[in-house]
Amino acid sequence: MFYYLALAAALFAIGLFGVLTRRNVIGILMSLELMFNAANINFVAFNKYIATDALVGQMFAIFIVVVAAAEAVVGLAIVLLIYRNWRGIGMDNVNVMKW
Amino acid sequence: MQVLEPGIVFWILAVVILVSGFLVVTLRNMFHCALCLILCLFAVAGIYVLLEAEFLAAAQVLIYVGAVAILIVFTVMLTTDLASESLIQHNENATIAFVVCALFAIGVPYLITKTGVWMPAKGELISDNVGSIGKYLMTDFMLPFEVVSVLLLAALIGAIVLARKERS
Repeated sequence: MFYYLALAAALFAIGLFGVLTRRNVIGILMSLELMFNAANINFVAFNKYIATDALVGQMFAIFIVVVAAAEAVVGLAIVLLIYRNWRGIGMDNVNVMKW
Repeated sequence: MQVLEPGIVFWILAVVILVSGFLVVTLRNMFHCALCLILCLFAVAGIYVLLEAEFLAAAQVLIYVGAVAILIVFTVMLTTDLASESLIQHNENATIAFVVCALFAIGVPYLITKTGVWMPAKGELISDNVGSIGKYLMTDFMLPFEVVSVLLLAALIGAIVLARKERS
């Protein structure tokens, strides 16, 4: 089980690196998907090895997948809108909400 | 804590996940990034199969690889200037972000080994995976199940309203 948790931690770190360093919105969204998957691996691994009497971990992971899909849909619609308004999706251009 | 040695399949899947995940965050061509993301999600589905979560593996392939990844590929193609190689895709935080993430990736497994003994469960996991999940969805998880359907409807309408062309 330790190996699964270590794999999830490494995948989460990779996703965090992507979120912190990417310049465009689509790259950040893809890195977010990696982080969601790292969390899901943790849930399923704990379900397999620690709490086997119910499938609660897998249920939680399924709901995470659904919510991540909804998030991706809305996020990509916003990306299209940004592209249409600014002619580019670099995060550096999008600073109208900066105070 | 107890350390069980996983099989060769786990190591292959882990290498595929980490290498393709690293390519997702480092490649310059966003289209190649999306393809690497698809590979990574497939390998995660393989990890779910290893952990006896067959329904979740199928849902992963259907929802992530079938829907989310295709959506990302479409968006990359619609926003055309992304696919050019010459764009610098990383900002000036790259070095410090790499240090922080490396510390995270090393520190968390170290802390996991330090946490002492977790009690592993005695029994085996429920064998009827799909049937049990269906029962849970209709009994214990009835309310989240219904709420998630409302959430999906809201996301659908929100995406259509956002991406619609304004008529002037």
